[in-house]
Order: sequence, then structure tokens, then C-alpha cells
Amino acid sequence: MTSVQVFLALIAALFLAPMAVGVLTGVDRRITARLQSRLGPPILQPFYDIGKLLGKEPMLANHWLAFCSFLYLAGAVTSVVLFFLQADLLLIFFVQAVGSVFLVIGALTVPSPYSQIGAHRELLQIIAYEPLLILVIVGIFLATGSFKIEAVYAMEQPLLFKLPLLFLVLGIALTIKLRKSPFDISASHHAHQEIVRGVYTEYSGPYLAIVEIAHWFEIVLILCLLSLFWSTGVVGLVLLLGITYFVEILVDNTTSRMTWRWMLGTAWITGITFSLINLLWLYYG
Amino acid sequence: MNILSNFLQTSRIKSPWVLHFDCGSCNGCDIETLAVLTPVYDVERFGIINMGNPKHADVFLVTGTVNHRNKKVLKNLYDQMPQPRAVIAIGACGLSGGVFRDAPNVVGGVDKVIPVDVYVPGCPPKPEAIIDGVVKALELFAAKS
Ligand code: SF4
Repeated sequence: MTSVQVFLALIAALFLAPMAVGVLTGVDRRITARLQSRLGPPILQPFYDIGKLLGKEPMLANHWLAFCSFLYLAGAVTSVVLFFLQADLLLIFFVQAVGSVFLVIGALTVPSPYSQIGAHRELLQIIAYEPLLILVIVGIFLATGSFKIEAVYAMEQPLLFKLPLLFLVLGIALTIKLRKSPFDISASHHAHQEIVRGVYTEYSGPYLAIVEIAHWFEIVLILCLLSLFWSTGVVGLVLLLGITYFVEILVDNTTSRMTWRWMLGTAWITGITFSLINLLWLYYG
Repeated sequence: MNILSNFLQTSRIKSPWVLHFDCGSCNGCDIETLAVLTPVYDVERFGIINMGNPKHADVFLVTGTVNHRNKKVLKNLYDQMPQPRAVIAIGACGLSGGVFRDAPNVVGGVDKVIPVDVYVPGCPPKPEAIIDGVVKALELFAAKS
């Protein structure tokens, strides 16, 4: 990459992509409201929420919380920047994993029961989706022969035709990452007043804003991974992402929250079966 | 800097997250307050979300009579809310103790324990009046900043 390209990629990774996800979450809340025959908040509502949180008084139970929220953000931002610089998929995956673990560590540093239960639930979610992500990355390796993102862009056919089942597996990981039903067992978007949102309980004011921004970056990363599946044309890519996100919203509104046992079983059994079928087919086909 | 502080002020007005605490009594005000959060009134279109966590909330809705048993809880919840915050007392009970004011265990209105910014009268107040109260509290935010 030339230095101009690197500069453009940095701008896109640090500003444009999270802004786009902010608008996307606004649209998400709006569509969700329409599905429940409500009007819903303005599209820019997520930005208002973040702005308000940043302007509030910082109130901390201990200083580890602030430290962990910054590291969570740093992990998420680094993984997105690495993606836009077309780095190694495995490296991106591990940076992302380290970042999301710091959200849990922050919640675990406070002895409040809500925070502890939330942290454990979040850990279970991480256990549920990390193997799926790694299987998807292995699938991309088998299809392209490299862990580099450039190798995907060098392909003539979209990856989707070679890895249709792995796309579904990534969809499961996306549902968990987006904190949507039926996998919203920690920090659900709709359960603000329940113990479910425990992992966020102790973060408040500006630190909650930082955690939210980091979550936007994580969504950017997963959407980027999804976009790899149609890297040959912009129209197809936008269509694929749009349809996938709309299906996520539909699933979110038509299912209810399940227990963590169910989540772990479903995510692993369907995810690993689909991946295995797809990988075997790639290997022998 | 001006744009930034303007944005902060607008977002403060546009995104009031509420915490609701019922101090007891007949539950009428409690139910009306929850009714405001249903799709019929759809307060999410004003950015209002029921938080249930004092550390995330901006507006504190208090219903019912304060008594000697729950005044500590009320004070504790109030102390955990980061600034800027606003307190709204709802219903005759929240304002003065209402019909229960002569009972031996009753302290009286919410303002006997924590400072109240907006009073919403009624027994129970209409959901529209409660929404009005929140809007008043937001004007207060605007004046403060
Ligand atoms: S003000 Fe009236 S409706 Fe509200 S709690 Fe008191 S008695 Fe019940």
C-alpha cells in the first residue's frame, strides 16, 4: 500500500466506519420500533446518547474500570485498523479477542453481584462465538490459500459461493456480537432494567460512552468480515450486508432470550456442524 | 468549542434515561409511570429509555410516599446518579405524603429526603402529565448548561 492509501484507510477505519455503524444502529432502533408499531427515536439517537454520556460526571467504583474501558476500545480500534490495512486475519482475530476480554475484566473488578453475573455471561458469549470465528477464518484460508485479506480481494468469484454455510456460521457470531435475541444473554439491547445488562452496570458516564464506542468498532469488524464474502462488486456487497442486517433485526424481534446452556449448545452444534460440512466439501470437492 | 458544547447540550436534552423508584403506597402512580413506557405512549421517540440502573440514569422518577424504611434506599439511589441529574416527584403521595401523610411510618414528600426539581400533581397523574414533567426537567437541563 502507498502512504496515501494507508492514510485513507486510517481515516475510513477511525472515523467513517464507526459513524456509519452509529447511523446503522439508529436505523436498527427505528426499524425495531416500527416492527413493534411504535414510532421510534430519531436516526441520530445513538450519537445523542454517546454525546450525553461523554458530558456526564465521571463516577468510578475503582480505577481499573477506566483502564479496562480504554483497553477494550484500544483492542476494538486496533483490530478494525488492522483490517483496513489488510493485515493477517489471525492477527485481527486475536487482537479482537484480547479487547473483548477487557470488558469482562473491568466488570469483574467490582464486587457487585450484578456486575459479576454479567461478566460471567459475557465470558460465556465469548466462548460461544470465538471458535466459530476461528472456523470461518480457517475456511477462508482453505478457499484462498492464505490468511491475508489481499488474497480474498484477489479472487475472481465471491467467497460466498465457496463458503455458503460458513457465512451462516458468521451470522450466528454476528447475532451474539450484536447482542441480539435469542443470544442476548449478556447486555441485551432491550433489557436495560434487568440483571441481564450486568456487564455494563458498573461503567457509567464517559466510561460507558467509551464502552459503547468500542462496541461500534466491534460491529464494524464483524461487518467487515461479512463483506469479505462478496469482495468482487460494491452493489453485491452492500446488498449482502443490508439483507444480513435486516434478517438480524427480524430475528431479534421474533425470538426471545434463551439460557446460556441453550446458547452454547446451539452456537457450537449448528456452528461446528455447518463449518465441518463446508470445510470437508472444500477440501475434497 | 462552541459546536461541541452545543452538541453536548442538545444530546443532554435529546437522551434522558430514566430511573423509576416506587416508594410504596397504592401503586396507582407506579402503574401510570410504567404505562408511559409502553408502545401506546412510546416515549422512546424522545430518546427516553427506562434504565433501572442509577449509574446510567439522568432523570429520577419517584412515586409514592417516602417512609422511614425506604428513605435510605431513596437517598442511596440518588447519590449513585452522576451529575447532571433531575428528580421528578410524581403524584400526591410523592409531593406531600398524600392520603397516607398521617400514618406513623410516613416521612412525607420526596423533597424531605432529596432535592426535587419537578413536581407532577395528581392522584394518579395522567401519563401525559408525567411526560410533561420529564419535558420540564429537560428544560431545566437546558437552563443549567
Ligand atoms: S398519589 Fe394517589 S394514585 Fe399515586 S400512589 Fe398515592 S394514592 Fe396512589
